[in-house]
Amino acid sequence: MSEHRREGLVLAIAVGIVGATFGVLADAAGLSLPKVVAMSALVFTGASQFAAVSVIDSGGSGLAAVGSAMLLAARNALYGPVVARLLPGRGLTRAASAHLVIDETTAMATLPDNDVDARDAFWWTGLWLWSLWNIGTVVGALLGSVIGEPETWGLDAAFPAAFAALLAPHIRSKPGRVAALTGAAIAIVAVPMTPSGVPLLLAAIGIAPGWLARGNRGRSSSQLGNDEQ
Amino acid sequence: MSWWAIAAMAAGAFGFKVLGVLGFGQLSERLASRLAPLAALIPAALFSALVAVQTFGDGRSLTIDARLCGVGVGLFAVWRRAPFVVVVLAAMTATALVRWQTIL
Repeated sequence: MSEHRREGLVLAIAVGIVGATFGVLADAAGLSLPKVVAMSALVFTGASQFAAVSVIDSGGSGLAAVGSAMLLAARNALYGPVVARLLPGRGLTRAASAHLVIDETTAMATLPDNDVDARDAFWWTGLWLWSLWNIGTVVGALLGSVIGEPETWGLDAAFPAAFAALLAPHIRSKPGRVAALTGAAIAIVAVPMTPSGVPLLLAAIGIAPGWLARGNRGRSSSQLGNDEQ
Repeated sequence: MSWWAIAAMAAGAFGFKVLGVLGFGQLSERLASRLAPLAALIPAALFSALVAVQTFGDGRSLTIDARLCGVGVGLFAVWRRAPFVVVVLAAMTATALVRWQTIL
């Protein structure tokens, strides 16, 4: 199995376990199995789903749940320009493949240095993630509390560590480093001041100082962002 | 949570994804190629923000806990160019060990 497919699978396994946690929480919040399954299959953006279910669980309205979920889902729009050229066709086929455009698939698709592998990484990661996220959700919803706290296994550290690994190729260039540092700083400052989801949207502002830091090499930077590989 | 709320979430989440993918595709070739280097910086800005928020965030407050240890070990593994699975497992193990130590 090629490296990016294997890495996609590793990420998908962790995502599958988190999917089980989502199933447990959604079940505890009183959602029926069909609703939990529909949410994972159709919404397919984990942070939004967790946010919605926790709002419901703490007695919030459906409107509040949808609102906080949308704040977290909005950043996926920022990934469109990053992966757009890897997606097939026009119109409907293209729109359908957009369903898989999330943090993890964007990260995997920006690792390879050529479009053929990037496309392959996007699809394999996307299909593995979608499958395991949904299988995990169903298992969690059915088994309920049998699974226990995923924090005991350190699963909450798996994602920041995974994204640190996925970030590495993007900070080999100076503009990338500047964008990364600014983005992280903005997000951290914004966490206590804004609803969840907003810090990650504000982090996108970090691309501006990154752009300014490109110097005269900026024009040669590839669309993949890992120009020094 | 009603079916309507779930439908709204699904439509909204999909809408954002399509907006990013199709919206960018609608731009003229010239504008798209000028914006491409800017778009290439999005992963750097967002993934580092994800790392920061997922390491220190706890709802709407910031905290330092076992995750920081795990992520630190993960970063060391990244620096040593360890395989992806090693990075993830090392971070999980370190975090779990720190929690286990704290319980004892």
